[in-house]
Formats: sequence, C-alpha cells, structure tokens
Amino acid sequence: MSKRVLLGLLLACGLTAPALAQAPKTGGAINAVIQPEPPGLMLAQIQNGPTQMVSGNIFEGLLRYSPKLEPQPELAESWSVSEDAKTYTFKLKKGVTWHDGKPFTAADVLFSIEMLKQTHARARNNLAQVEKVEAPDDYTVVFTLKQPFGPFLGIFEVGSMPMVPKHLYEGTDWKTNPYNNAPVGTGPFMFKEWQKGSFIRLVKNPNYHEKGKPYLDEIYWQVIPDAAARAVAYETGKVDVLPGGSVENFDVPRLSKLKDTCVTGAGWEFFSPLAWLWLNNRQGPLADKRVRQAIMYAIDRDFAKDVIWNGLGKVATGPSASTIKFYTDDVKKYPYDPAKAKALLKEAGYKGEKIRLLPLAYGETWQRWGEAVKQNLQDVGMTIETIATDVAGGNQKIAEWDYDIAFTYLYQYGDPALGVGRNYVSSAIAKGQMFNNVEGYSNPEIDKLFADGAVATPDSKRKEIYEKAQKILVEDVPVAWMLELQFPTIMRCKVKNLITTGIGVNDGFKDAWLDK
Amino acid sequence: MKQFWKSMLKSPSGVIGLVILLLAISVAVFGPMLFPNSPWRMVQRPFLPPFTLSTVPLGTDALGRDVFAGMIFGARVSLLVGLVSTLVALIVGVPIGAMAGYFGGKVDDALMRFTEFFQTIPSFALAIVLVAILQPSIYSIVASIAIVSWPPVARLVRGEVLSLRTREYVQAAVVTGQSNSWIILREILPNALSPVIVLASLMVATAILLESSLSFLGLGDPNLISWGYMVGAGRTVIRQAWWITVFPGVAILISVLGLNLIGEGLNDALNPRLSREGR
Repeated sequence: MSKRVLLGLLLACGLTAPALAQAPKTGGAINAVIQPEPPGLMLAQIQNGPTQMVSGNIFEGLLRYSPKLEPQPELAESWSVSEDAKTYTFKLKKGVTWHDGKPFTAADVLFSIEMLKQTHARARNNLAQVEKVEAPDDYTVVFTLKQPFGPFLGIFEVGSMPMVPKHLYEGTDWKTNPYNNAPVGTGPFMFKEWQKGSFIRLVKNPNYHEKGKPYLDEIYWQVIPDAAARAVAYETGKVDVLPGGSVENFDVPRLSKLKDTCVTGAGWEFFSPLAWLWLNNRQGPLADKRVRQAIMYAIDRDFAKDVIWNGLGKVATGPSASTIKFYTDDVKKYPYDPAKAKALLKEAGYKGEKIRLLPLAYGETWQRWGEAVKQNLQDVGMTIETIATDVAGGNQKIAEWDYDIAFTYLYQYGDPALGVGRNYVSSAIAKGQMFNNVEGYSNPEIDKLFADGAVATPDSKRKEIYEKAQKILVEDVPVAWMLELQFPTIMRCKVKNLITTGIGVNDGFKDAWLDK
Repeated sequence: MKQFWKSMLKSPSGVIGLVILLLAISVAVFGPMLFPNSPWRMVQRPFLPPFTLSTVPLGTDALGRDVFAGMIFGARVSLLVGLVSTLVALIVGVPIGAMAGYFGGKVDDALMRFTEFFQTIPSFALAIVLVAILQPSIYSIVASIAIVSWPPVARLVRGEVLSLRTREYVQAAVVTGQSNSWIILREILPNALSPVIVLASLMVATAILLESSLSFLGLGDPNLISWGYMVGAGRTVIRQAWWITVFPGVAILISVLGLNLIGEGLNDALNPRLSREGR
C-alpha cells in the first residue's frame, strides 16, 4: 500500500516540477538531517554513509556520474582512453583552489592516490590494476594500467576517490593530522563548525571553481539522535531535507503526504545499497557452510521487507544488487523455510553454541530488524545473544573480527568489480579495516573469477564470469544477503535540484537552490 | 510482628500497595508459565490495535509481537532489577553507614566523604555512564543502579546509629565488654531497621524507574524485554500506535505507585511515635 502511495507521490512530484525552466536563485540556508552523527569528516579515511553525505560537499573527486552512471566532469574537465584501453589521461580543470587558497594541481592527485591506497580499502582495491600514475604537467594526470580494467572510469566519484590537499598532509601523521577535524577540500562548501551532538555547519565557498555556484549560503547538518524527533523536526520546519534513511520507514508515507513535500527515490543509482549479515566464517558453527545456509533459510526476508522496511526495497538474491551490471537471479534460492534450516543445522551438528549478533546502531529500524532476525534464528534452535553497541564500537568489533553475525549495508558502485568483489576475495582480508572481506571467506576460485572478471573484455565475457561467481557465492553463503534497500529522500518542494546525479545527496549540494 | 501486620493492614494505602505488589510478583513469577511463548516472537500482523483479537488482547507492536506477553515478561525483569539492585545497595550502604555512625571520628569522616563523592554526581547521569562503559546487560544495569542508590542508605543508617550509640543499653553492652561487631549487629541495627525498610521499599520503586529510563534510552539489556524497553521502542510510533507505549507505561506507573504506597504503610506501621492503640 505505502509503496504505491509513494510511487504516486514520486510521479506527482516529477510531473509538477518545472524546476528546469526556472533560473536558480541564490542565497539561503538548508537544514538537513544527518543520521547518525558521523565519526569524522575526513573522507579519505572514513567512509561511513553519514561521512560521505556531509563531506561530499567539502571534497570533490575527478568525476561525478549521471543517474545512468555516465561519467561527468568535476575536477577533471576531460579525459581520454588509449586504443589498448590501458592508458587513461585526465586533463584537470584550471583555476581550482583549496579552501585555504592554494591551487589544486596534479601533485595533489598523485598524493591523494598514495594516501587512499593506505587509508581507503575500496580505493586500494579499485587501484589494484594501476601500474603507475604520472603527472606530465600540473594539469595532466596519466594512469597506466597493468591490463584493461572494465570499470575503471567508475572509480573517480568523491566518496571513492576524494582529493586531499597535499600541502596540508604531506609528511604528517595522517591519522592525527589536525585538518581531519576541520577538513579542507575543493568542494562547493567549506567546513565551518561542528558542535558535537548538535550540528555541522558548512558555508558557501566563495571561490568555487564553477562560477555562480553554489547557490546556497549555508548548510546545517542537524544531528537529531531520535527518529521520532527527526520526523517532528521536519514537520515543524526545523529541517528541510530528510535524506534517505533518516526517518523510520513507517513515517515515510505520513511525511510524504504533508503539504509542500516532495519525495524522490533518485540519487541512489550509483550506490545500490545492499544489506546483509556478516557471518564470521573463521570460527565456531558459522565456519560450516551448512550453518550459514541454514541462516539464509531461517530468516524471513519478506517479513523484513514488508514490515520493517514498510514494503520498500527488494529481497536480495545474492551478492549483487539487481541494479548493477552483470546481475543474475539464476542462482540457488533461499526461501523462508525454517524446517529446512533446522535440518541443515542438525546435519551440521550444531548443538546450541552461543552466537553473538551485532545489530547496526543506525536507529530504530535496524534495532527492530536485529530483533526480528534474532527471533527467526532462535525459532530454528540457534542460541543468539544480542550485543548492544554504538556505531563506532560496532565498527571496531567487526573490523577486529570480534563478532559472529553482524548487520551491515554496503554500496555496490554500479559494477561488481568495484562494489562486490571487495567483500569476497581473499586479498581483501585485512584486520582492522571495515567494509572489506571481514567475514574471512577464502576461495581461490572466487579470487580468480573476480580477478579475471575485472580485466576481461568484452562485456559478454565479463558477464559470463560474474554470473559464475554469483552462483558459487550464493551456494557458499559467505554472508547472508538480506535486502536491496531503498531510501527515499523527503524534502520541501522549495528545495530545487538537490539531486542531480546518480550519487544523489552524497554528491554535494552545489546545484541545489531555494525557491523563496 | 502481629502488631505490625495489624497496623499495616489498618492503613488503606499499605493494603492497596501490598495488593498491587503481590499481583505484580505473581504475574512475574507465574505469568511466563501461562505464556510460554517468547515475547520476542512475531505472532500477528504488526500494529494490531488492542481488543481486536483475543489471542493478542493488548495488540501487537511494530514487529507484530504480543504487547501483553511483553508486559508479563517485562514484569519479571523490572521487578527483578528493582529488588536485586536494592538488595545490593543495602548490602553496601548499611555496613558503611553503621561503621561510620558507630566508630565516628576519622572513620566517620572518611566514609562520609566517600559517600558524598557519590552523592554529588547526579545519579541518573552516573547510571548512564556506568551502563555505557560496562556495555548494557542485566548485570551492569543492576550494578549501576546499586552504585547510585546506596549513599542515601549509608547516610540514613549512620544517623540512626549515631543516636542509638548513646543509648544506655548500648553503653551497657560496651561496659560488659561485648565486641564492636556484636554490639552493631545485635544491639544497634535491629533498632535502626524500621526507617531502612521504609527507604528500601521506595528504593525498589526508584530502581524500577531507573531501569525503565535506561531501557527507554536504549541502554537496556538487548536480550531481555522490560517495560522501559517497550516504552522506548514504541515511542517512535506513538502517533500510529499508542498502545505499544501506553500499556507498559501504565504498568510502570502502577507498580511504582504500589511500592510507594507500601512505603507509606510501612512508615505508619513502624513509626513508634504514631499511636497504634486506642484510636
């Protein structure tokens, strides 16, 4: 029901929005909700969702992507690919300055890449095929690849490869650099202040390299820890934008019906968030494939979609979201089947050993989901203990492999080589870091398939490889895939052009303006 | 003893309080036997209003869990936390107060400064910090409630002991060469007990409220259902489904009220200055 209402609203907003015909107006401030409060804003070192959402305004990447995921210029104004698909040449935009006034040059790009290789698990993976990066002059960067890499042009978005200022970071300890707390980027908005627990304030960058932009004077990211209070804050006019996931799902239909409210599901094309349970493959009962399969059968994912997510989203079939390249649903199916789960547990010799479950501390929806999954698993005879934790504590436990089952959702970045492989190949096992292969799954065949898939040409060959990989993974259940999430953005209709790319709210508010 | 019950049953508030407490205790003890299903089990469609289905008389919550079952299992946790943490607080507070009052001097100074150290910190804030540091679990919750609630006990006992210390029968005991521990345990404490009992009944009520507040803030034991947790989990949907928060809220209200009434009844019954006869 609610989904239909929502779709109707989406259509209505789309039809009644002649925004393109209007000339943008300048000035004004936007109050948006940020949930939860990010652990930090240094995008090159922290890649939590809320960090990306705020810091996408401060930092920039070389490229951004349209809703159809075609590359568009940002810090690079043009690019070319050599005949053999192994050399990519980027021409940087001239006249770009950091927020402190220093010019942005190719040296910053080279430095950023060096830093990201150490601090950004996904960037390291993305750059694995790069043999060398050179800067023939201040405004040209040349990437030479070891072999052709199909998704290469898809790795330059701000969250994947944010540009960091060399002059502020070179020769310092990156983790303790004072600029981590007051980040300096090239983006349309500059960091102004952060009152912990209250708000993060960004102000217009007057020297932004796209003339006339940004239109807004300020952005306040309001930290409101309670979901009901966030909904009320929107209703009372304290905030104008509720980014996807910031209110409880059951509030979405109600808020969507408010006066002057527009809702859009756009802006998540690049990310395609997929929720799953990390299963620690290393130890205890979960080391047994049959126990992991039993978990898939035991969990009622349709219930989760219909009840907890209010009908939004889609039950996941495997490691790839259905929105990204080379997806196949021709894989083993795991319908809700407690009897089968019990049989598998018995076969595996599970004797009620205690299994720790770590919910995601992202609010009520995730808490409830944790409770529902716990109940599902207890119903088939598993002994589950929920561990209460905050976001940072949970991240740390997962990164240190100190968990049995843990909730997460991760982005897929349009291509299995970018957003899928990192969670399953054994080269991405690195203790102390999040969002890689923290489950400790190791299968040489999968390693080879993902290695081959990334470099194979043409696409039909890649498709064949990735479909095979999906089949193997779904059989092995290294993690328990739950749902493809859908996060509608709710905002006042006077906020225009908030979402213009496939990266959505995370791409910064440079095009956004207020129709006063 | 007979005298005590007689006067206790004479005070209407005491009787009401006792009835409520007995009811709550029997629900906590026997309820889960009547409802063997886990309160976490999703039994019906979510947001089912109360009084529509006899199987789930008080409706269901956001996940379709039985609110009535939650209240029954929640009684167990809430009462247990209230009683155990009060007991722990008494075990800590009574000896400290007794020693401070009996020995006086430097011992008194040291123990009272130590007590004041805890009293100066707002108790709920301290409880939150302790639970957050120790990770929320039933043990950390009981421990932190006990830690924030023993200082008033110590101070009360100290005051009582201070005044009893100078009584003649105590001095007689000292003269006959009784050991200090004998005097404290056999001569002084039994006579200092009545205000402590009154205080303890109120402490149980406070502890239930503290536990509910902690659970409300999401610092409850995630593996146990309690009234405070139900209120906390339901408050985000209070506009769609009032019953998820209202019923456990009423349960908290009634049991805390009951304990307060008992405290009042006890006070009347145990206070020697209130005349019991000939009224």
